[in-house]
Amino acid sequence: MSESLDNMYRDIILDHYRSPRGRKPLNKSDITSNGVNPSCGDEISIEVELDDGMVKDVHVDCRGCAISVASGSILAEVIKGKPLAEVKRIAQMVRRVLKGEQMDIPDELGDLDALQGVRYFPVRIKCALLAWLTLMEGIKNHENGHGDVRTIVSTEDGE
Amino acid sequence: MELKTKNNPTAIDVESCRLNHESIKADFPILDQKVNGHRLVYLDNAATTQKPRVVINALIEYYRKTNANIHRGFHSLAEKATKEYEQTREHVARFIGGVDPNEIIFTRGTTESINLVAYSWGDTNIKEGDEIVITEMEHHSNLVPWVILAQKKKAVLKQIPITLCGHLDLSDIDKIITSKTKLLALTHMSNVLGTINPVAELTELAHRRGAVVLADGAQAVPHLPVDVKALGVDFYAFSAHKMLGPTGVGVLYGRRELLEAIPPFNLGGEMIREVRFDRITWADVPYKFEGGTPNIGDVIAFDSALTYLEELGMDNVRQHEINLVQYAIEQLSGLDGIEIQGPQESSLRGGAISFTDKDIHPHDISQFLDSRGVAIRAGHHCAQPLMRTLGKVATARASLYIYNDMTDVDELVRALIDMRKYFGL
Repeated sequence: MSESLDNMYRDIILDHYRSPRGRKPLNKSDITSNGVNPSCGDEISIEVELDDGMVKDVHVDCRGCAISVASGSILAEVIKGKPLAEVKRIAQMVRRVLKGEQMDIPDELGDLDALQGVRYFPVRIKCALLAWLTLMEGIKNHENGHGDVRTIVSTEDGE
Repeated sequence: MELKTKNNPTAIDVESCRLNHESIKADFPILDQKVNGHRLVYLDNAATTQKPRVVINALIEYYRKTNANIHRGFHSLAEKATKEYEQTREHVARFIGGVDPNEIIFTRGTTESINLVAYSWGDTNIKEGDEIVITEMEHHSNLVPWVILAQKKKAVLKQIPITLCGHLDLSDIDKIITSKTKLLALTHMSNVLGTINPVAELTELAHRRGAVVLADGAQAVPHLPVDVKALGVDFYAFSAHKMLGPTGVGVLYGRRELLEAIPPFNLGGEMIREVRFDRITWADVPYKFEGGTPNIGDVIAFDSALTYLEELGMDNVRQHEINLVQYAIEQLSGLDGIEIQGPQESSLRGGAISFTDKDIHPHDISQFLDSRGVAIRAGHHCAQPLMRTLGKVATARASLYIYNDMTDVDELVRALIDMRKYFGL
């Protein structure tokens, strides 16, 4: 098997793809955001329950390729239990890393590290970005006092 | 049987009347390479085909020896370029059944050919309340221009639905194509399902109701003998690059009386007879539709692609694809998790085979196959409404052409089996 392919489909990615985290629906959510990737049809729905500015629980439902599903699953795992301000910082960092503007993801962020291989496959970067851009849009609308948002995500979009 | 070709005397096995793939493959320099450590198995021919050496050489020769602007200038190069450009027009006219060369317009591609009709013919002929009929399996290039035209003119856009097997569902056709129908625009062969549509029959019906018919032949002309007169269509569009020619060359065939009656689309140089500030007269067809300097070098190189296909014989090309598609469908159908979209009977379809894996997304399929040197396409194939009908967000598509053979299909199948193991299925 080619080394580069394994670089993207790392064991951690495939594990998240086969058994995505955060599948359990929430009873209540404070942030809701939907994203689609129009170029390939991938769809994601993210719900976040907050407790005193902290992410208490996350629900991610993604229908798409291995990369977008794994990315959503890693998102669910990584942001749970973190303050919203830090979640925003992490989401921005993931975006920078995937776009090649930052080299590394700090080790303490667990499986997030596994997403780095995707940046060597330019057409797949948007798959990995979908969950994070959708989350950022949801947070932005939450902070602006708006409700559910349907985001159209593409790599060309900045935020 | 006179089947030996000038450029490649072994390309056709005279006894069996089949294409000799080893010999044909050798004509395509690009195929002689490894991709990700594996022999390149190019199965993305519905997107674009590779170019034989004769076409590549024709391009080089043109820029080395002929390059000049056409239809103006009296120097020798300009005369030679003009002659070769016009000879290609005549060749295209012969290739699609022997039409008047003045009915052949060169464009940038199928999309531009269809847009030309939408703007020039559509703007003049479509009125509020008129009906435009398309099908549910259209490529966006034969869909978006009609959606926009219908919106602009407050016309009604209707679709012929498809059956579960991927054929046009003609059970309600009398309610769809009516006396209000002004245009029927349909694909001759689906780029997703491979379905070959009954263009002649539907054209006859549409004509009886007084409608004009445009067929999108982008997938058909490269793969089937096409006779536009026998089809009876009024407009027919296709692209050179899907039939061994260079990118950036398209063809629009239009019946002369229709072309003469409609205004040009691209205004500027080359397409006028006389220009005054208060009065402009257009050049004759086809020149009034070829404003600006056309893609001269690529048109001239396209001539070699047509010759190459003629020497193989389009009947042989078609027979080869029937055989190979049959083999591919048999092989793919036997695989766990793989579902083929579209007609299963190879005599009713062309070489574009869309499939899905029940567990693996088409992008992941394509990515894995690429790691094995197998090039296919994944996505919605510019046919989002069709994808909705199929209930898929995307499909993987392997599309075959003259240089593909059973070993290519075998590579695809082997890689798909390994893929399921790789993804732990």
